[in-house]
Amino acid sequence: MLSWVLPVVFAMVSLALILNFWSLQAGPGVPDRTLALDTMYINSSALIILYGIWQSGSLYFEAALLIAMLGFIGTVAVCKYLLRGDIIE
Amino acid sequence: MRKLLLPTPGHSLLLFVVWLLLNKSVSPGHILLGALLAILIPLLTNRLRNPHPGIRRPVKALLYLFRVLGDILVANLQVARLIIRPHMALRPSFVEVPLDISGDLPITVLASTITLTPGTVSADVSDDRSRLLLHVLHLEDEEELISTIKTRYEKPLKEIFAC
Amino acid sequence: MPFWIELIVSLFLLVGGVFVLLGSVGLARLPDFYTRLHAPTKATTLGVGCLLIGSMVLSTWSSGSLSIYEVLITIFLLITAPVSAHMLAKSGLHHRLEHAKQTGHPELIEEPLHKE
Repeated sequence: MLSWVLPVVFAMVSLALILNFWSLQAGPGVPDRTLALDTMYINSSALIILYGIWQSGSLYFEAALLIAMLGFIGTVAVCKYLLRGDIIE
Repeated sequence: MRKLLLPTPGHSLLLFVVWLLLNKSVSPGHILLGALLAILIPLLTNRLRNPHPGIRRPVKALLYLFRVLGDILVANLQVARLIIRPHMALRPSFVEVPLDISGDLPITVLASTITLTPGTVSADVSDDRSRLLLHVLHLEDEEELISTIKTRYEKPLKEIFAC
Repeated sequence: MPFWIELIVSLFLLVGGVFVLLGSVGLARLPDFYTRLHAPTKATTLGVGCLLIGSMVLSTWSSGSLSIYEVLITIFLLITAPVSAHMLAKSGLHHRLEHAKQTGHPELIEEPLHKE
C-alpha cells in the first residue's frame, strides 16, 4: 500500500511546488513573491521529508530542519528589509 | 548561586532536551555535553533577554496548548473548504480587536494563536499595545469572532501569564 | 509490516499531501495578498505536520523505539509560521497592497496604527 501511496504524495507535493513557482513568477509585488518563496521553502522541506521516508534514512530530517530554518530566517530578513529598508538597525 | 549558574532554568532544560533529540541518543557523553551547553548558552545570552512575565499556571498552559492544537485542525478544514469554493462568495475583512492583556510575550502568543487558528491572520499591533489588527478570510459575524477570541484565547492567556 | 501500521502511515501521508497541495492552490488562486496569506500559513503547516506524524509512526515501528525526533520540525514550523505570516502581513500593509473589492472595513488600514 505504501508503495503506491508514496509516489502519489510525491506527485502532490511536486505539483504544489510547481504551483508555488507559478505564484512566484506571477507576483505581483515583492511581498507576494516573498510569500511564494516562503511556501516553496516549506514545501521543499516536505519533499525532503518524503524522500527520507522513501530511503528510510534519518539524515534527511536534519536537512529538512535546516531548510525550514533558513526559509524562516530568509523570510524574516526580507520582510524586515521591506519594512525598514535595512536588515540590521 | 543557583541564580548565578542557571539564570533561566526553563531555557536550559529546553536546550538540553533539544540537544538530546537532535543527537537521538542518551549516552553519557551526549548528556554531559548537553548539560554543559545548557549551562553555558543561557549564561552567554542572558543579557540579551528582555524581562518577560513567567508562566504562572503550567497546567492551564498545557491545556491551552491542546486546545490550540485541536483548533488548528478545525481551522484547517474550514480554510480548505474556503479555498476550494468559488471566490466570489468570499467575504474577507479587516477586524480590530481591543486587547486586555499586556506584555510582549503574552501578546505574541495570542497573535500567533490567532494566526494559526480560525481563518484569521494577525497583521499589526498598535503602538500602545492596546489594539490588534486582524485579517479574516471569511467574516460571518464580527461580534461573535471578537468575543470568541476574547473568551477562548485571551482569558486563559491572562490567567496563565497573570498579567 | 502489519497492515494497520501501513494504513495509518498512508492515511497521514495522503492527508498531509492534500493539505500541502491545497495550501499551494490557495496561494495561486485566492484574490489578493491578504487572503493569499491564509493558505500557506495554515494548510501547509498542517500538511507538513501530518507528513511528519506519518514518518514518526513509520520510524517508530521500524526502529522499535519511540521516535520523537520529527516532533522538533513540527514544533519549529508551528512556532515560525505565525511569525513569518505576521511579518509578511506587516510588510504588505506597509506597501499598501491592493485588497479585494469585497474586503470589509478597509478604513481600518487607512488610519495607521503607528504614529511615526
